Amino acid sequence: MSMQNHFDVIVIGAGAAGLTAGIYLSRAKVSSLILNEGAIGGQMVLTHEIANYPGIEKISGYELARNMKAQAQKFGCVIKSNIKITELELDGEIKRVVVNNKDVYTSHAVIIATGGKSRTVGVPGEDEFKGKGISYCATCDGDFFQDKEIIVVGGGNTALEEAVSLTKYASRVTIVHQFNHFQALEHYVLEAENNSKINFIMESKIIEFAGDKKLKRVKILHQPKQEITEMEIDGVFVFIGYVPNTEKLEGKVDLNNWKEIIVDKNMGTNVSGVFAAGDSIAKRYRQVTTAVADGTIAALSALEYVNTIKKEKVTV
Amino acid sequence: MLKTNLTHALSEKEHSEFLKNNENVMICCGRMGPMCIPVYEVMEELENEYPHVKFADMEFDIPDAKVIRNLPECRGFAGLPFVVYYKNGKVVKATSSIQSREQITNILDENFRTNGNK
Repeated sequence: MSMQNHFDVIVIGAGAAGLTAGIYLSRAKVSSLILNEGAIGGQMVLTHEIANYPGIEKISGYELARNMKAQAQKFGCVIKSNIKITELELDGEIKRVVVNNKDVYTSHAVIIATGGKSRTVGVPGEDEFKGKGISYCATCDGDFFQDKEIIVVGGGNTALEEAVSLTKYASRVTIVHQFNHFQALEHYVLEAENNSKINFIMESKIIEFAGDKKLKRVKILHQPKQEITEMEIDGVFVFIGYVPNTEKLEGKVDLNNWKEIIVDKNMGTNVSGVFAAGDSIAKRYRQVTTAVADGTIAALSALEYVNTIKKEKVTV
Repeated sequence: MLKTNLTHALSEKEHSEFLKNNENVMICCGRMGPMCIPVYEVMEELENEYPHVKFADMEFDIPDAKVIRNLPECRGFAGLPFVVYYKNGKVVKATSSIQSREQITNILDENFRTNGNK
């Protein structure tokens, strides 16, 4: 093992929590590596404009992420993005992460800040028609559906808010929701109900996307009657919430029923030397500011842990 | 102009010059949106790894971006970004919406082979 591949702390994930941890660790002169499977910024870059980050009147999520990345790198944090973590060993005093089946990195402590991702419908045809009728971003792709008929899948705040915003383009918006009631706040529901372009198919799920070069129709299962109907459609926008990126952590750290990482008030997990922060942990409010706070606490806790281990080694 | 570190194709003329002067070209046509940004970032990283490929972006909303928007290979696309891969000036592949690094490198490796590793 070359020393170049050993760090005091490895941070997994480069969203707001991971980048903040990287800033704190590297500024404290602790060697730190951020490994990130996707693009830098995580959920932050999904936000067109952030207007409630204290001290900054408004900034795009992309710019805030870029600034955080540059700040961490300026203090000496090493960042590797768009990699694939192929092995992860969190037990024991030395943690081990294998990247792309070949590069091995070790550390005394690990901070997991893997964030979350948009939940997909998970039925046949979804991958095939992504970008060809199926979208997960109304602000990105709404204008491709001028005067077209579309479906919005979901029943939360985002689904109803985006359904209303998509009526700027679409001639008709049908909300397909699996329950007989909405999870969204009342004012979002009222706004959707009062919009003449919006109609509702409740207690129903899309079970198949079909078409040729682009999406043309969907099969919808009405759950109480178990009836399947086919609907001609130009586009489908999916807003059914987020899932934590914790698949690789099952059996390695304690997760709750929603697969979120269970942490204590110092962001410690049940495994010694393993901390977690950001959208992947069990918590109620998911904001850039709360992720930044989590990342700070996790970094300071990891710092204390690493210093204790190093002192013990000197005194032994 | 897009806020990336990539070379920008600012006009139809610049677009055709990229195709004329480079055997292998990947152009990402998009906005500064959440589905586009990850693709730009992957392209910025790949510039050093794929020196035989010219990477560029083009703003989707400028009139001259019709050279990409109106391509037959992009017919039916309804998700940004539109990414087009050209070999010797001809389209060899086009994708719609976000793509991962793995999906992009698979396309580059398949279509822009060299005598070396790539």
